[in-house]
Amino acid sequence: MSSDPILKVEDVQVSFPVGRLGRKSAILGVAGVNFEVNRGETFALVGESGSGKTTLARAVNGLQEISAGIITFEDQRIDTLDRKAMKPVRKRMSMMFQDPVGSLSPRMTVGDLVTEPFRIHGIEGRNLRDEAARLLTLVGLPTSFASRFPHQLSGGQARRVGVARAIALDPALIIADEPTAGLDVSVQGEVLNLLNDLRERLGLAMVIITHNLHVVHHVADRTAVMYLGRFVEAGDTEEVFSAPQHPYTAALLSANPEPDPDKTHDRITLPAEVPSLLARPAGCEFHTRCPWAQSRCSVDAPERQVTNGRAVACHFPLDPGARPPDMEEQAAS
Amino acid sequence: MTTLRIDNLNVSFSTEAGPLHALKNVSFDVPENRIVGIVGESGCGKSTLINAILGLLADNGSIDGGSILFEGQDELTTLPPSRMRDLRGPRIATVFQDPMGALNPVISVGKQMLNIQYRSPLSKDEKLNRAVEMLELVRIPDARAALARYPHQFSGGMKQRIAIAMALMMEPSLLIADEPTTALDATLEVTTIELLKDLQQKIGCSVMFISHHLGVIAELCDDVVVMYAGEVVERGTVRQIFQDPRHPYTARLLECDPARQSERTRHLPTIPGEIPDLRARPAGCIFANRCNRVSDVCSAPPPDKDIGDGHIARCFVADTPAETGVTA
Repeated sequence: MSSDPILKVEDVQVSFPVGRLGRKSAILGVAGVNFEVNRGETFALVGESGSGKTTLARAVNGLQEISAGIITFEDQRIDTLDRKAMKPVRKRMSMMFQDPVGSLSPRMTVGDLVTEPFRIHGIEGRNLRDEAARLLTLVGLPTSFASRFPHQLSGGQARRVGVARAIALDPALIIADEPTAGLDVSVQGEVLNLLNDLRERLGLAMVIITHNLHVVHHVADRTAVMYLGRFVEAGDTEEVFSAPQHPYTAALLSANPEPDPDKTHDRITLPAEVPSLLARPAGCEFHTRCPWAQSRCSVDAPERQVTNGRAVACHFPLDPGARPPDMEEQAAS
Repeated sequence: MTTLRIDNLNVSFSTEAGPLHALKNVSFDVPENRIVGIVGESGCGKSTLINAILGLLADNGSIDGGSILFEGQDELTTLPPSRMRDLRGPRIATVFQDPMGALNPVISVGKQMLNIQYRSPLSKDEKLNRAVEMLELVRIPDARAALARYPHQFSGGMKQRIAIAMALMMEPSLLIADEPTTALDATLEVTTIELLKDLQQKIGCSVMFISHHLGVIAELCDDVVVMYAGEVVERGTVRQIFQDPRHPYTARLLECDPARQSERTRHLPTIPGEIPDLRARPAGCIFANRCNRVSDVCSAPPPDKDIGDGHIARCFVADTPAETGVTA
């Protein structure tokens, strides 16, 4: 892929203060993340709840202050901008929030909702009624919906309104936080197809946050896997899925439940619990759960290695199809 | 014995624009010791169904007919509220998507687990031991020390397992689990459903498991009930539903799962159209406006066709296997 980054995130950290007065400390919700998103590309962030996906997205959008690092968007450094200076940037980078109905004001009509961005940014000289009709048509809703209220919409329709709001000001990048959570598979397909159509037609870049791996596999060009606020692996989606190099990625992919009752699973099970951010493990932070962990992993934190666009943070990257040592033994005996 | 038998249940809500028929002629069984999965998109009536069972329908909701028979003796549709309170918790337990909704953030886990045993005649020590036993069952490490801790000190997966332990502590005969794994990543999701399966066998309860993750349903459930717009359109064993779907909606729904698309595609299959307005239900089949096998007969109400071995589909053409072939 030609590299034409629209968004560049370098060593970004987000810390949250914790503890009572007098013994204050901080936890790192995002602990040093690097990635780029190219124009027209779909980039997926995968990881369990609490791994820092949403915090990272909010940091990129300027809704969350970062404690270290650099964020560059369209060749402009944006992490240092104040609220006022950030406003024009938000025209070019819009955000779709998780809860589709909750992010729509219940007292505004759909027409008012989809044209609200124009009012917020003080864009004048446009016929808002025509704009509402244009946007609703773009997202595949009848123009008569402009007079409806959010409670009169189904889950899928509410997402479409969310999409219409996100594309209202012709952004170059959309950040979609769990755009399909809570939707059944057919409506999920509709929303993803819509986002993909718009991406192609309007040349948008997209960051999609999800924990549905099947979705990621179909829609994302590149995928990053997060664990405890860090990327453990990132790269071309097809390559990551066919040959995961980080043990956590391998475990995630092997665990993915499939809709076939007779499928026999050959799963990599992870022992122990996800560590607390208050007590990050020493060395490699995944070693407490890693079936391949060796003595070095508990003392020495692995550096992120980038080869051919594939980034992995592991001392012992996996070969394709690798099985954990205990599963190998079981198979042999 | 059947733990829960729902027969011809109808529920409606009064709204400004007239009555909304949320559940129409819903019938299915939750047999003893089985895990029954309920599948359907948001708005199909899953939550209404749960609330009707628990006697927690909103004030504008009413049960217009049909029966919900629990353990062959309690008719839940007419049960007095005091008796319903006796059942909720000890006999019918629930686990929801967000464990923090079930856990009190300012009370230690141990205290909460004591509190919910208030009906038990055991001594305090015995109750604490029981709490430890349950936490060990859900694989909380160092269970006795965990009693003194507060919910925020546990990870998301652990909180959900604690909620499950609390739900199962009184050994209910029915556990209603509403999307309990939606917030977890794939590895924790799998661990949680394996644990749930394990506990269900140990305790010997029935489970009603609500999810729209078809993979999880396929893996966990014995039976599956498919709901669409407030109706049960198909029900049967997990193999009948996943391998021989007879209702066109079920067939299309399965096709839409991106997990079934082995080829990587940017354009995912969908079911075009929208659910009809439930305030003005069509006289005939509820799925007719989106169905690829629709014909003239579908303007009349379709029968619940018995395909055999407990496999039932509400469709005129259920005798023949649903057509396959991906639709865009």
